[in-house]
Amino acid sequence: MTARNRELSYLVAVAALTAVGFASVYIARQEVISWGSMGYAGIFIGLYLAAHAVARVTVPDADQYLLPLAGFLTAIGLTEIYRLGPSDAFRQGLWLVVGVTLFAIVLVGLRRDYRVLESYKYLFGVGALALLFAPRIPGLGTTVNGARLWVHVGSFQFQPGELAKISLIVFLASYLRGKREVLSQGRLKDVGPLLLIWGAAMLVLVQTNDLGSALLYFGIFISMLYIATNRLSYVAAGLGLFAVGGFVAYREIAHVHERITIWLQPWTSQPVPCPQTGGLALRQDCQSYQLVKSLYSISNGGFGGTGLGKGTFTTPEGTQLIPYVNTDFIYSALAQELGLVGVSALVLVFMLFVARGMKIALQADDGFSKLLAAGLTFGFALQTFIIVGGILRIIPLTGITLPFVSYGGSSIVANFILLAGLLLVSDRANAR
Amino acid sequence: MNRQISRVAVVALLMLGALVVATTYWQTWASANLADRQDNEIQRVAQFEIERGRILASDGKTVLAGNRRVTKDGQAFYYRTYPTHGFASQTLGYSTQSRSRAGLEQSENSYLTASNANIGTILTAIGDRLKGTTVKGNSLVLNLNVSAQQIAQSLLDQAGCGAAVALDPQTGAVLAIASSPTYDPNLIEKPAGYAKIQRTKANCSPSAPLLDRATQGLYPPGSTFKTVTAAAALDSGLYTATSTFDDPGYCVDYGKKVSNALDQNGPEAYGHVTFIEAFQHSINAVFCDIGQKLGAARILDEAKRFGFYSSPPLETPSDARSPSGLYDFATHKPYDPENADTQVDAGRLAFGQERMLATPLQMAMVAAAIANGGVEMEPKLVKQVVAPDGSVIATMHPHALRHSTTPQTAATISGMMVQVVQAGTGTRAQIPGVIVGGKTGTAETGTRNVYDAWFIFFAPADHPTVAGAVVVENQLNGFGGAIAAPIAKAIMQAILQPPSNMSP
Repeated sequence: MTARNRELSYLVAVAALTAVGFASVYIARQEVISWGSMGYAGIFIGLYLAAHAVARVTVPDADQYLLPLAGFLTAIGLTEIYRLGPSDAFRQGLWLVVGVTLFAIVLVGLRRDYRVLESYKYLFGVGALALLFAPRIPGLGTTVNGARLWVHVGSFQFQPGELAKISLIVFLASYLRGKREVLSQGRLKDVGPLLLIWGAAMLVLVQTNDLGSALLYFGIFISMLYIATNRLSYVAAGLGLFAVGGFVAYREIAHVHERITIWLQPWTSQPVPCPQTGGLALRQDCQSYQLVKSLYSISNGGFGGTGLGKGTFTTPEGTQLIPYVNTDFIYSALAQELGLVGVSALVLVFMLFVARGMKIALQADDGFSKLLAAGLTFGFALQTFIIVGGILRIIPLTGITLPFVSYGGSSIVANFILLAGLLLVSDRANAR
Repeated sequence: MNRQISRVAVVALLMLGALVVATTYWQTWASANLADRQDNEIQRVAQFEIERGRILASDGKTVLAGNRRVTKDGQAFYYRTYPTHGFASQTLGYSTQSRSRAGLEQSENSYLTASNANIGTILTAIGDRLKGTTVKGNSLVLNLNVSAQQIAQSLLDQAGCGAAVALDPQTGAVLAIASSPTYDPNLIEKPAGYAKIQRTKANCSPSAPLLDRATQGLYPPGSTFKTVTAAAALDSGLYTATSTFDDPGYCVDYGKKVSNALDQNGPEAYGHVTFIEAFQHSINAVFCDIGQKLGAARILDEAKRFGFYSSPPLETPSDARSPSGLYDFATHKPYDPENADTQVDAGRLAFGQERMLATPLQMAMVAAAIANGGVEMEPKLVKQVVAPDGSVIATMHPHALRHSTTPQTAATISGMMVQVVQAGTGTRAQIPGVIVGGKTGTAETGTRNVYDAWFIFFAPADHPTVAGAVVVENQLNGFGGAIAAPIAKAIMQAILQPPSNMSP
């Protein structure tokens, strides 16, 4: 069986799972939703079959697991978003169409040789910076939840950070490929660019008030730098510098300080000052409200979960109990309904995706391809860790999306481009 | 480069593996802790998706707590209803979203929500979840006797604030447990309902309708405590039922005269009396004398054998029960003196004053232990736990708490208590055709001529099936024999005689 035929058989399995997921939501909530909603499952399966068809033509030798794994993650996300609010699922479905379209465009456009991207490296570098700072432009950016991560054009909202991440990875892959010999000698004068990028990450931190994004970009940079130069001293120095920057930010930036306080002590037994109201309140009722409610949601799931469609997200009066439940906190919703068994399986799928991505990086035969595949994969893993780790109180909580699963157009589009990139590298390595 | 890529891959996979570890922590290790937190609305709301078990009276028909099904957005929620509007409210408690839970609704929550560790219940609940049907809780059948409970509540409400407890002395079954004023638990979930309950008007201040006076109300037991003193006296071997005393009409205690004057119909001084007569007429001077001879330590030891100084075991939450004993008025805590003989006024302790405070439940347990040959049974509210399919998954087993006194002493005091009702201070508890035992108490409250009126009782004397205590607070010139004894009589009649041929 060829790689593409195997991919198709895995996709059929994912399609069956999707149908089961939607059916169980339908059974649990049939008083509010109709059989027509099963159409979502049909459209979803159709989209992935289209993506498969494009892959069959453009990247016939690419890895056969990545597309079904991504399909599985999107299916879980769409099912849960649908369960939380059918109208959001409709919009998410539209974004999936956009995502698959871009996926097709990237594959078709770069099917001959994606390495032409190397010649546009500075365009990607500048593009990444522009996208990162876009939310700061007055009239364009909006502050959501204390962090400036969104741009706003008319009624159209976009989180440019997601695309900036991919641009940054393309830039770094080309730049580091060119400079790796020089950098790996470890001379002090060559460290300049490193400091420059550290400065940029700190600027991002200051500009967006967002510790998590800074950690994401900087983590991608450090990992790619290490792969290119094999110098652990860069990793150590980089992490040290980031720690210093983080500490200063903690001392100087109120928003960052608040995030870390919440992380260390989400519950208080005595009322503490509450910036939102200006009065005194228990921290769990004020600053750490989101984190604490999300933890309650996770713990309510227990070992086996409540079952799809049977979790508790609103009061009988209809008040939302968990804020941002279908974007930043979708993991908490899934943990409640699927339980430890279900979300462990979900994390396992993320791990499989990462393992396949890294395997592609190992198989690729030129430096640019290796760096690109490893960077994209590591970025994917780190983003997953930052959002879920924040929810689980491993690290301070930051509002970013869970790749492929969360509700949100920018995230879906960016991750489909990421997937296309990995397939292109894989196809080239295997076609050899 | 492949070596570095492998290392980065390991780091990436370890990070994701850490997520599984942390999820495991929150979903297994920490989840019980989080579920208990006050601000955990998810837990509270999730419980309303379960069809909570009902709470029924002992007849298995009278519903004390039921459910009202409300469907919102396709999701069924079950709200609690209390069809009796105030029947043993403090004991049943409530289960609401606005104020969490109290009473049996709190302490028996795991049975009521089918989360108890019973294999059958677990399997059924898992099955219900998998099928997507509503989880149904187990129902509780209480020992409460509907007519006894009703009459206890209504007579208490007429008399003033107070409480009544009736037990089956042989099994410990709680047949009636009433506290007045009571409240309507249906109000808790209503807007401003809780404040309305707190504003309840009654013949006492604060009216505190949420307080379970039967298990938390601390009253000086007055002369009902003489049962304990008498048991101490008989157990000590220094006295017998026929010991004789000379009553001068008062007792000299720390140089002060303590006069009798608590039997309304009796003379000021009885002169030459036996132990039985002294008990029958509740002569303080004699008990004062006995107390001084025995010493406070011996009396307190006897009290502990009846359960004083420990919270009576009952299925309600532990913070809804208070221990009886000497109380330190400054700290409101029980106080157990090391050298009771020198620190406590034994004369006044002997007739139930001297900072001695007791709950109605405790005094009911004293009466029940005397009635049951000196063996105190553990009081139990729940008779049966019944699964949704009707099968019984737990049944009450009578459990002897302690041997409070010898069968001989119990028999002697039982005889004395019969004398009290036949020809002493408790004649108003007489029931035609039934031999009743009892002891009155008229406890000083600190306000002149205002007393807490007590009566402890059992019947029928030859083979008691009911024993208990009644207290009515703050009665101006109100005596136990006049105020509490008739209420006790009505409760006994409700239990001993079917309601149809009950005398009006």
